Amino acid sequence: MDPLFKKKDVLIVDYGVGNYLSVINALKFLGYQFLVSNKKEDIEGARAYILPGVGAFGEAMQNLKQLAIVETLTEQVIVHKKPILGICLGMQLFAEDSEEKGFHEGLGWMKGHVVEIKHKGDLRVPHVGWNSLKITKRDPLFVRTTTEPHFYFDHSYHFRCKAEYISATCHYGDEITAAIQKDNIFGVQFHPEKGQNNGLKFFRGFFHSLESWKN
Amino acid sequence: MEKRRLIGCLVVKDGLVVQSIAFKKYLPVGKPEIAVEFLNNWGIDEIILLDIDATRQGRAPDFAMVERVSKKCFVPLTVGGGIKGLEDIHHLIRHGADKVVMNTVAIKDPQLIKKSAEVFGDQCIVISIDAKKTANVYEVFLNSGSEPTGLSAVELAKRAEKLGAGEIFLNSIDHDGSKQGYDVELIKQVADAVSIPVIACGGVGHPQHFSEGFNKAGATAVAAANYFHFTEHSPVTTKAFLREHGFDVRLDSYATYEGFEFDVMGRVSKRMEEYLDKLRFEYQPKEII
Repeated sequence: MDPLFKKKDVLIVDYGVGNYLSVINALKFLGYQFLVSNKKEDIEGARAYILPGVGAFGEAMQNLKQLAIVETLTEQVIVHKKPILGICLGMQLFAEDSEEKGFHEGLGWMKGHVVEIKHKGDLRVPHVGWNSLKITKRDPLFVRTTTEPHFYFDHSYHFRCKAEYISATCHYGDEITAAIQKDNIFGVQFHPEKGQNNGLKFFRGFFHSLESWKN
Repeated sequence: MEKRRLIGCLVVKDGLVVQSIAFKKYLPVGKPEIAVEFLNNWGIDEIILLDIDATRQGRAPDFAMVERVSKKCFVPLTVGGGIKGLEDIHHLIRHGADKVVMNTVAIKDPQLIKKSAEVFGDQCIVISIDAKKTANVYEVFLNSGSEPTGLSAVELAKRAEKLGAGEIFLNSIDHDGSKQGYDVELIKQVADAVSIPVIACGGVGHPQHFSEGFNKAGATAVAAANYFHFTEHSPVTTKAFLREHGFDVRLDSYATYEGFEFDVMGRVSKRMEEYLDKLRFEYQPKEII
């Protein structure tokens, strides 16, 4: 375990939707300490964040707004440059907007839009299952995984953004954004908490990279 | 590329995993958390946990069990049984489920599919269909196959898709526990009718049946329950078989998937003595995460 991390350093943002327990189980298995909270003072005190997600975009944004933590989170991530990892819906929330069941504004931390995966031929949507990644930026998230790791995807919408932000893609009908990174903002479309050994190695890579962030 | 998905289905009755035969007879297997731990270590791609008592007994899902199970499960966990409303789904996800599967409630209260998809997203909602061949259609049955609905499997699947379901989990009551293979006709009808993923289940007794599920029936993913019990490393040998038959499966566990030989029953044959001798003195390092 990295002795640098105290319990309050890494915060899993609890915003009502999302499979926290799966993330918690994976991090506990690896021996990390963390806090699960949605309180303003906890968010301000933490040094890094994980935004999990299973849910619909609109509902998730509404929950964040109801908890009144959008400004606090934005300040910590954009102004104080604290690292954040968004998982699945958590990553999609970084976008400007989403077309999932209507039109919803996102957190807008990253330029890009969440769009539906288009039905093409006999392509079935949602995209459910294990898919192999094509990694373009290995550091820091994928340094410990295999070269073309398999990860579990489960989504009908994906994040379309500039190529410079993309660190991994997978193929499903089209190229789909599998992982993004921009400075201190990291996001993955797949579920590392449900990625067996590669998933656990992914989290190890993320936590390891946190040591280099001084704030 | 997307991998072919192999799903382990655990049928839970009275808190124990059981083997189910034609939805009538049940043979005990053991504790769910132990079954999950083994399947997980043996490289299964996904686990579906079905509590078949909950609806019949009118009780809520066993959240404590889901939480115990999820601690051992590092692959996606889909949980079903006893869901009555949004609140139950919410609790299941908070207790470690990644997706939920609904059966009775999806027919009695179709609007719940829509509402739950709006809150949790389409991808989280799996609709389970238990069908039996009657006269000339596949009719959907509720209550462990005892209550006819008058709906055909194709109709229900289409309706569920329209309301926002993310996947169909399709089980054949006739083939359940028969070891005779999937009900190819049923699966084909449903898979052709919808454009969401269809998971085939019911009747696997030979690894060949999985490949039929993909090739003949057109299923997106294949599941089995009884088949995986009482056989060591069953997902590993199944994947070795599928790999040999040209399927692109995920091979991520420590096990080697090469050099397996199968007898006519689909069981793994014993390896050559020299190979086993060599293995005895080989150092097998544990993977460091």
